[in-house]
Amino acid sequence: MSIAEMIDTYWLYVLVGQYPNGPLGGLALTVVLAALGLLLALPLGVLLGVARVSRRAWLRWPVTALVYVVRGTPLLMVIFWAYFFLPAVTGHKTDQFNTMLAALVIFDAAYLAEIVRAGLQSLPSGQRLAAEALGMSRGQSLRLVLLPQALRHMLPSLVNQFASTIKETSLGTIIGLSELSFIAGQVNAQVLVQPVAVYGMLAGCYFVMCFGLSRLAHAVERRSNRQRATPVTAPSAVDRFYAFMRGGLRNPVSTLARNTRTSQ
Amino acid sequence: MPHLDFSVLLQGQFLDWLLAGVRLSLTLTVLALVIALPLGTLIALARLAPFPPLRALAWTYVEAVRNVPLLAHMLFWYFAVPELLPDGVKAWLYAGNVEAAAALAALVVYTAAFVAEDVRSGLRSVPPGQWEAAKSMGLRFAGSVRWVVLPQALRATVPPLISQTLNLWKNTSIATVVGAAELMYQAQRVESATFRGFETFAMATATYLGVSMLITGAGVLYQRRYPVRPAGH
Repeated sequence: MSIAEMIDTYWLYVLVGQYPNGPLGGLALTVVLAALGLLLALPLGVLLGVARVSRRAWLRWPVTALVYVVRGTPLLMVIFWAYFFLPAVTGHKTDQFNTMLAALVIFDAAYLAEIVRAGLQSLPSGQRLAAEALGMSRGQSLRLVLLPQALRHMLPSLVNQFASTIKETSLGTIIGLSELSFIAGQVNAQVLVQPVAVYGMLAGCYFVMCFGLSRLAHAVERRSNRQRATPVTAPSAVDRFYAFMRGGLRNPVSTLARNTRTSQ
Repeated sequence: MPHLDFSVLLQGQFLDWLLAGVRLSLTLTVLALVIALPLGTLIALARLAPFPPLRALAWTYVEAVRNVPLLAHMLFWYFAVPELLPDGVKAWLYAGNVEAAAALAALVVYTAAFVAEDVRSGLRSVPPGQWEAAKSMGLRFAGSVRWVVLPQALRATVPPLISQTLNLWKNTSIATVVGAAELMYQAQRVESATFRGFETFAMATATYLGVSMLITGAGVLYQRRYPVRPAGH
């Protein structure tokens, strides 16, 4: 079977899996799972991040321990725990999608917590004091003054985190979730004679998504840096396009978007 | 909660399996680090080279590798790369531990890309004025590197490299997807042989955590001993 024939036969399968005759799979499932995982992890990550800088020791200690445990454990281990023990906790069988989703939410929340904590700690202390001087309670100052600023600084990190989450979903293969990598394995097993093309294209699919997102993160970061410098004019679409194109050639040393994980 | 019993796993064959898994995980970590550190440093230097094609090449390597999940790297090295090799080499590979070799290759290529970025930002953290200052003190090139630039660059480079080592240690677990018999693979094997899932995964998790804590601890010690000082401008 030639490469062209292979693409012609399998492109739809790679895109959506067995949908509409079966569950959604392939590239679509990878994107849905990553987006949903990050969305659900975000509020949990904010809560954990706030707890990490809380003045109440009974809250700070257990959350700190949880974050350290999750960050010292491979994602695959978290997936296995979810796979074997979610049914025991919830009392009914959990499918691969929800198992993977639960693992991603817990895992990403721990990493987001650190991003939130760094965002909160990087704010000048005058912000908290000013909120206090206005007579705000701690909850109010967090909600109205500190978190909005910290989260705005976090935006580039969040875009990078989305790329990381897309990469993490590939581990679903190991528990038989039919996401992109699993489908690639299926195609390879059926075609047999094109492993280089199959796995090369698999890498290409991930590259397009994740590289696109990392460029977007750069563009977002430049824009927010420029807006801080000149709060009056927002950059035009042309400016943004140039910034996007230039991003590939220049490397600003990013402050918050130091995504040291990727590693997954 | 069922009655927990670790005794089955703490003796005989099952303990041997788990220990063999730990050994391979550690071996993969150490070997990949030993190869990826110099390779990553070379790529970082290429990214700062005064020769544009070389810079472009190094940039391409880093971006192409970082934006693809490690699992896809592993699958590529295991299923695709042997097909690209001459028959003699392929036969030799399949006679040996091809799973571990593919996993190691993927880990090296992947880790080197991250190491390159860390080394590059470490080198760039030393202001150019430091070179000139060293020269004006009468130091030659070697002396400038040894006494002025390197000590400052290392302070900025070592902490991220330690967190990269932590990632590498955790990433060895993904080698299970190509059947390399590391800790995660052996834990699954023991689980399906004993049906003691909770105990097996608890032991594997404790092992991953223990080594992670050691690596994190090394990072904390280094930062205490050599704190990053703001460079003078």
